[in-house]
Amino acid sequence: MEKHTLIALMEDKPGVLNRVSGLFRRRNYNIESLSVGHSETGGISRMTIVVNGDERIVEQVVKQLDKLVNVTDVIDVSHRDSVFRELALIKVNAGPGKRSEIIELTSVFRARVVDVGATSLTVEITGPESRVNSLIGLLEPYGIEELARTGRVAMVRSGNGNGSSRGIDF
Amino acid sequence: MKRTGAQAVWESLVREGVDTAFGISGGAVIHLYHALPDYPIHHVLMRHEQGAAHAADGYARATGKVGVCVATSGPGATNLVTGLATAYMDSSPVVAITGQVATPVIGTDAFQEVDITGITLPITKHNYLVTDVEELPLVMKEAFYIARSGRPGPVLVDIAKDVQAAEFDYDYPDEVRLPGYRLPAGDISAQLEAAAEMIESAERPLIVAGHGVVLGAAEDSLLRLVEQTQIPVVTTLLGISAIPETHPLCLGMAGMHGEAYANLALAEADLLIALGSRFDDRLTGPVDGFGAQAKVIHVDIDTVEINKNVLTDLAVVGDLRDVLPQLISAVDERNRDEWLARIRLWREESAQRDIVGQETDELVPQFVMRQIWHATRGEVIMVSDVGQNQMWEAQYFVHHRRRGLLSSGGLGTMGFALPAAIGAQLGLPEQQVWVTAGDGGFQMNIQELATVVQEKLPVKIAIMNNGYLGMVRQWQQLFFEGRYSGTPLLGPDFAKVAEAYGIPGITIREKAQVDAAILQAVETEGPVLIDFRIVQEENVYPMVAPGRPVNEMIRRPMPTGKR
Ligand SMILES: Cc1ncc(C[n+]2csc(CCOP(=O)(O)OP(=O)(O)O)c2C)c(N)n1
Ligand SMILES: [Mg+2]
Repeated sequence: MEKHTLIALMEDKPGVLNRVSGLFRRRNYNIESLSVGHSETGGISRMTIVVNGDERIVEQVVKQLDKLVNVTDVIDVSHRDSVFRELALIKVNAGPGKRSEIIELTSVFRARVVDVGATSLTVEITGPESRVNSLIGLLEPYGIEELARTGRVAMVRSGNGNGSSRGIDF
Repeated sequence: MKRTGAQAVWESLVREGVDTAFGISGGAVIHLYHALPDYPIHHVLMRHEQGAAHAADGYARATGKVGVCVATSGPGATNLVTGLATAYMDSSPVVAITGQVATPVIGTDAFQEVDITGITLPITKHNYLVTDVEELPLVMKEAFYIARSGRPGPVLVDIAKDVQAAEFDYDYPDEVRLPGYRLPAGDISAQLEAAAEMIESAERPLIVAGHGVVLGAAEDSLLRLVEQTQIPVVTTLLGISAIPETHPLCLGMAGMHGEAYANLALAEADLLIALGSRFDDRLTGPVDGFGAQAKVIHVDIDTVEINKNVLTDLAVVGDLRDVLPQLISAVDERNRDEWLARIRLWREESAQRDIVGQETDELVPQFVMRQIWHATRGEVIMVSDVGQNQMWEAQYFVHHRRRGLLSSGGLGTMGFALPAAIGAQLGLPEQQVWVTAGDGGFQMNIQELATVVQEKLPVKIAIMNNGYLGMVRQWQQLFFEGRYSGTPLLGPDFAKVAEAYGIPGITIREKAQVDAAILQAVETEGPVLIDFRIVQEENVYPMVAPGRPVNEMIRRPMPTGKR
């Protein structure tokens, strides 16, 4: 099954998230991640959805999302030149003897240490999922105490025509 | 204009052309009911909110207008759920108005609080929770717009009690504000040209007419298309009445209990033209074998239906109201004699197996349905319930009247018929409305007999009483070792129940009494209930066994002495 990345714009109204997540559940779609926040337009939220499925299923997901009254636009950016990013916060075991090792690893990944405790460090990394995964893999042997990932956010690179489902620029 | 929220609701309904609403009162709608007598709206007091939702749905299906139902918060609202799901599955335009607890206590598990917008999310086209009276006019406007436009469906508006009581400056908007709601508007001329080419080159084309033809009021266009192209038509259950079943090119209903010749045509066709049908599994059987020899043209107002169940070769997204006239001008006339001759042979073979043509003194339901058709000349609105009785009605009543059959197709809701018939009768007071139901389903909303009497509705009721949850019993007989688990059903004396409500009740046990009873019902001015004690273990044939392709049917055996 392929991974597809969809961007959906929706009215920022109570219950809208519920409509979207309820749709995924009842239509039995296999959603890998979903991240939502404000867009550049007031009152409009932007959601990035990563869905597993073949072309036919993804076509259905796009159309079903688009059918929700509060969803104003949906595009599938999977086949377009896009920037994909994810942010992760990783709290990793780090006794005094391990700290410098971990800090070194972190800098190789262009990640940052955002909190230092007596026995642990919290690392922030932003990048494509592959980079986030690699860092997590390398930190695992130290013992990861807590992990928070945002899921993918996506944006089509400039200089491309857009493939909006309704031909709207955003 | 100063108005309370409650007044604003009724005033908005009046502006939307509503003159009838079905409901039951309660604490969270007491303000609404207090304001009601000042408005020209006939309120029909139902005996259960499920009945209110089905009645609104039946009203909508019979008239094409939006049906309205009202319920209080909590249990009133949850009782609407089956009715809303029924309307949603069958794309019926309904607006449901529910009361909600007052805004300060929402979320506190207040008395009779339930999250009805959450509950109905997957069974409404859209819904609203109104917590600010200033939003109310726009919400009402949008609710009606959404319910009736595009692919119709139910919309629920949940209004907090304090919002109903609040005063504000009422002004009904002229326009909706729905940036995410758009109707199909693309140019389809290229698709239609392609469709015309596919149709012209097809040797064995078949039209599958669905509910969309009825909802789009495209019956005339369909008839013209059929006559011009000589393409035969099968219908879905809800597509019945999209084309008169008396028309020689109409093969009737196809699918699990479709006519054998209709299903054979489906299997043998080289082009399927689906018009406003969503390829429900009761029509198609397993989709991988469906229309194996055919290319598929799918016309639907809802783009989501394209490629959902059956892969299409050509999709046309639009309202059949607009699409069919354009398609008619794109296709040429053509003779299809060879194809039609083949279908005629299948049809003749089916006629020989038909139980109604056979000599039997037994009281079989097929005969009852056929005689209701004869006695009414088909000029009535049939409202059928669910189960074997629903299939016998679909098979043996010959529907030619527009919107002449109302039935719960998608959800298959037992208990639909009586309240839906109440809605239909109120929407079309001049028409004769018949309920056909099983002994099981009828007991699911039997309380609405009181509404029939209170509203003085002349609804005719025919119960096919077989003492079983018959459709389930049939499956048990055929596929579950004949183990009748949970299906034998003790009913009341329905005629006496009717009499207790003030409705004349008749019990029929003999075939010879059938015609007289039906005639009495037709000629009586008010309502009549007839309890037909039919053969208990009669089955619906043909039947496509679950998981089998539509052309592999279990048939009624050929009677001895014939062929
Ligand atoms: C509300 C509801 N409950 C259960 C079912 C499952 N069901 C489908 S047909 C049927 C039997 C219906 O019995 P009856 O109303 O007597 O009609 P018959 O099949 O005997 O004509 C049942 C239980 C249903 N469709 N709807
Ligand atoms: Mg029964």
